[in-house]
This record gives sequence, C-alpha cells and structure tokens, in this order.
Amino acid sequence: MTGCGPAQETTPTLTWYINPDDGGQAELAQQCTTEANGKYRIQTSLLPNEAASQREQLARRLAAGDSSMDIMSLDPPFIPELAEPGFLAPIPEDVAERTTQNTLEGALAGAQWKGELVTVPFWANTQLLWYRKSVVEKAGLDASKPITWDQLIEVARDQKKFLGVQGSRAESMTVWINALVESSGGHVVENPEAPADEISIGLDSEAGQKAAEIVGTIGREGLGSPGLPTQAENASMLLFQGDDGSFMVNWPFVWPATNSAIKAGTLPASLASDIGWTIYPRTDASKESAPPLGGINLGVGSSSKHPDLAYEAIECIVSPEHQTQYFVTNGNPPSDSTAYDAAEVKEKFPMAPVIRESLDQAAPRPQTPYYNEVSTSIQQFWAPASDVTADTPKNNTEFILQVLRGERLL
Amino acid sequence: MSKVVSARQRAETRLGWLLAGPAFIIMLLVTLYPILQAVWDSLFSFRLTAPDDRELVWLKNYGVIFSDAIFWRDLGVTLLITVVTVAVELVLGFALALVMHKALKSVRGLVRTAILIPYGIITVVSAFSWYYMFDIKSGFINSWFDWIPGIGADTNWFANAGTSLFVIMASEIWKTTPFISLLLLAGLAQVPDELTEAAEVDGATWWERMKRVILPNMKAAIMVALLFRALDAFRIFDNVFIMTNGAYGTEVLSLLAYRTSIGRLEIGLGSAVSVILFICVLLITFVAVKLFKVDLAGSRGVK
Repeated sequence: MTGCGPAQETTPTLTWYINPDDGGQAELAQQCTTEANGKYRIQTSLLPNEAASQREQLARRLAAGDSSMDIMSLDPPFIPELAEPGFLAPIPEDVAERTTQNTLEGALAGAQWKGELVTVPFWANTQLLWYRKSVVEKAGLDASKPITWDQLIEVARDQKKFLGVQGSRAESMTVWINALVESSGGHVVENPEAPADEISIGLDSEAGQKAAEIVGTIGREGLGSPGLPTQAENASMLLFQGDDGSFMVNWPFVWPATNSAIKAGTLPASLASDIGWTIYPRTDASKESAPPLGGINLGVGSSSKHPDLAYEAIECIVSPEHQTQYFVTNGNPPSDSTAYDAAEVKEKFPMAPVIRESLDQAAPRPQTPYYNEVSTSIQQFWAPASDVTADTPKNNTEFILQVLRGERLL
Repeated sequence: MSKVVSARQRAETRLGWLLAGPAFIIMLLVTLYPILQAVWDSLFSFRLTAPDDRELVWLKNYGVIFSDAIFWRDLGVTLLITVVTVAVELVLGFALALVMHKALKSVRGLVRTAILIPYGIITVVSAFSWYYMFDIKSGFINSWFDWIPGIGADTNWFANAGTSLFVIMASEIWKTTPFISLLLLAGLAQVPDELTEAAEVDGATWWERMKRVILPNMKAAIMVALLFRALDAFRIFDNVFIMTNGAYGTEVLSLLAYRTSIGRLEIGLGSAVSVILFICVLLITFVAVKLFKVDLAGSRGVK
C-alpha cells in the first residue's frame, strides 16, 4: 500500500463533522479541497439528525481528546459547554478578523463565549411567521403590520384552523418558549455566564406568565392540532401545508421544501402563491418580537493535529460566496450580511430581506454551559402544551435550580 | 447423594474448566472492568465537560437518586413493562409452543420459521415500524381501526403514558414472544411421551395432564424462559428511545441511565443509576432462581 501514491499521503486530511443537510457542506468541502491545491484535504463525517444528539457525540469525542475533531459544525447554544473546559482551539486573531467583518450581530453573539470569539459563524437561522394569504384575508388582518400571538389564536379559533407550532418534547419546545419569553423582554436565564449554583432563572416573571398563557391556550383549545404533543418543525410544516393550515412559526427551510413538494406533485401548485411571510409574532403588541436564532458555527477541536490548516479551511468554507451558494442550494441563510446582496438569493428566496431583518432582532437561547439541563427541564414542563398552566413557570424554575444544584435527576 | 467424587467426574470438571476457562476469563475482563469502573465513578460528582471539577461525594449520588420521584416513576414504568410483557408472552408463547409441538411434521419447519420472523428483526427497526404505524401523521392504525370506540383520526398514541406504553408493550410482545415460545417448545419436547400417555390411559383430562405432568416437567424450561425475558424486558431501551424518548411518563430505568450519562454527561450520577440497574437485574435473577427452586446442575447428577 505504501507505493500507492506518496504525494497523496503527505496531504493532511481534515475531518469536518457536519450536521445533515442537502449535501451543501460536502460540496463546500470538495470545493475548498480543490482550492487548497494539495495543502489539505477535507473529508466530511456525518453527525446525527437531532441537535441534541450532535452535541452528545461531539462532547464525548472532544472530552476523550479525539484528534480527528478538525472542523465541527456546531449549534450555537451548545458552544459554551464546549468552550468552557477548553475543548475548542483558540481562533487566530487574523482569522477572527477576516471571517467576522460583515457578520450579522445575532450570529456573532452566538459564536462567542465570555465575550471572546470561540467559533466562526457559518450560517445563521431564524424563524419567520408564515401565513396562508387566504386565511389572513378572511380574517381582515393586515400582514404588513406586526401580528401578535393573541391575534393568531383568535383567527385560528374563529376559522377553526390549526396553528403550526412545535409542541413536542424536544429542543424545538425550548426554541418556542425562549422566543416567547424574550419577546416580552424577559430572559430564561438571567445570568448565563454564572456557575451552576449561582444561575438565576427568569421564567417566574410576567414574561413567563404570558408565555404560559399562550402555550396553554393553544394546547388546551386544540389550536395546534391533535398532533401537537409530538409535533416538531417538519410535522408543523406538513400541517401548515394542509387544508387546515393558517399560520406557522418555522425556519426558512420550509420554503424550498414546499416548492420541492409542489414540483414533485405532492402538493397543489396553487399553494405557493397562498403562502406569505412576515416577522415573528409579538407577545406584546407594543414590543418588537425576538425571533428564535439558530444556525451553525464552525469550531476546531483543541486536540486537532492541524488547527492552523483547519482555520485556513474554515476561512474558505465561510467566504461570502460560499455562504451565498449554501443558501441558494440548501436553504440555510448566511451569517455574512453581504451574502444577502447576491441576485440569485433575491430570486430564489423572496423572503431574504425579512430573514435578514429577523436575524437583526433575533435573540439567542441561553448561552450557558448548562444549556442542556435548562433546555431539557423546559421540555419536561412545557410539553404537552395542554398541561401548561399559570403555575408552570414557577414549578419549572424550582426544578431547573434543583437540577443545577445536583439535587435532582432530570 | 454421595459426597464421593469419582475420578471420572474430577477429570470432567478439569476438562470443563480448561474448555470454558479462557472464555470465562475474557468475559470477566470485559464485563467486570466496566462494572467496577461504574461503581467507582458513581462515588464522584463528575461531569464530562467539566473535568477539573471532579469531586468525591461518596454515596451522595445514590441519595439523590433514591429521594427523587423521577427514579421511582421510571422504576415503576420498567416493572410494569416487565410484568405485563412477560406475563402475556408466557401465555402466548406457550400456546404457540403447543401449536408447534403438535403441528404436522410436514409443516413444522415452516411454522417455526414463520413464528421466528419477528424475533429476527432488529429491535430498532421493529421499533421504527411500530412508531410509524401508530404515528398520528404517517400511521395507518387510526384509519384502519377507527371502528373501535376511542380510536379516531385524532388519536395521538404517543401523547400520553397510557397509549404510548400500550404501543411499546405491544411491539415488545410481538417481537419477543417467538423467543419464549421456542424455549418452551424445547421444554415441551423434553416431557417424556410415556408420562402423558400413561396419564391419558389413567383417564386424566387435558387440563390435568397439563397441570400434573407437562408443566412440572417443564419447570426448568419455564424458569429459563421467564428469567431471560424478565431480564431483557427490565433492560428495555430501543422501543422507548425510538417511540417516545421517554416523553410523557414513559421513561424506563435504562433510558434514565443513558440520558444522565450520555445526554447530560453527568458520569457520576449516570454511573450510580447504572449500578442500581445492575443490582436490580441481580435481584431479579436471585428471586427467579429461589422462587422456582430449580437446580439446573441437578439434572446431571452433579452438585
């Protein structure tokens, strides 16, 4: 085997742990390998589907000092947990400067821990309010003006339609609760950088009460469909696409997914023209909403054998041109503001300006090393939505604090 | 029984150790090491993502677990699944074993193969099949069985503990009844025909033959079947993980151990849950052996 091409063997291979997508990251890996001209080669390794499972695998490998963790696609809420124990290799100053010149504010905040950049923003995600134009018209709503959750509930109630929300006991539930609380001006975790026993939870507040009222009403009145207790993003998209669809809060992937289904003939062609979009609904009519923030950042493992090359590869991957390409082909919005100016983006994603606006006012989920505990606790108390009452925020707060103090199982 | 051990028996024992010894030592190494490691880890407050904060807390983790309602709820769910599935499987398995035992020689092989098919399917695959069958969006159960009161298009099987556990247990029973029926079939085959024939000649009814001749002679087989299945059912993981991931009161002990160790990366607390799970398994084995008073070695006349 040693005689099979020594030139190839001297090229370091960088492993890029990617989250599942439509092949966009593998394509970028290929392109950057070509551009590197023999300096390095990127091979991709697929992580599990669920964000929580991705975190599990990455954290275990990083803790074990796996030297293959050259590049990792990381979900922002899990970054503090990996940054705190020093599992991420520091970013060279010049790389940090070059890769964040035009990064949108929300995406940049999600890439940091304790005020320092620990990962490189790759793409940013946010949820929009999607609506059926026919439903809005019938309700006499003006979608060009901000819409509130109370209005959504009223319309769904009046027209006997379903709201596309994510009520399953999963990460999507935390996304929803965090957005509701943040939109009222509150925070799920008041001091996310504090150690476990000093963390202060902000759920037992006016913002938490309003969130409980919205979730509980939707659950008890069956406005989220009978499937609500097991409904995550994909299921709520299918609900919205059906005859009973009215409004839906969801990530932009629903647009290319709907168009593909129309092209494949599984959905009626008229559906596309009936779908409208606007900024995430408000909880308080007088307060701007704080839409959910997601996306993927790229990090380098501290045990990687080639951190310098990994950062060089990352620079290639996150270039504005590549972010544009990734958005157009895979539907994941760029974290670089200049990537939104490309003509192909505007053509393929007519909602791109709303996405950008949404990213500007989006709020991240609590950035604490104990995010997993906080998130799982929220899922235990806020699902099924029909069981959410005015006591839920208080009970949930007590439970989270006990879990963080190591006094309870989760 | 004589205490004198013949030279032949001694030689047999030595040969037995020689043959099984290496495997025994390897098994000890690969199972004992992780067990001891788990016991040791369970004495620490140790989080994988905070390696510097490792602290010896002795039995505190056990205190936290035993004083937590979540543990008792999970233990209850695990026991419920174990008792219900094993009981149903025993009855169904025995019925199937009787069918196979009595089946015509020409179709016996076919019947056995057909019955074994569910057992041959990987648990994760069968769990997904059952999940998609009952799922409110993709499932066909709601539309096929909407004539049964309580089932309709709006029935969300995985939205509460009762219906979720029903599906989980049904899939478990469907998948592992073949295993229990094969073990019982082996037991049935061991019952000497002369005994049943003699009982029949004496005028014993079917039920009397079953109660006084067949079942007592199958005691060892029944115990092995019960024990294996009870241990398997007590460690149930795949079905729950795939179908509900423990949501809405369906969490079992092995899932709690997994979520604590792997999900939360709380190695200390998770190891303590695993150790408790291990002790429960030992207890079940002990109780089963004591309850049935079967001496598996006795049949060879060696004690």
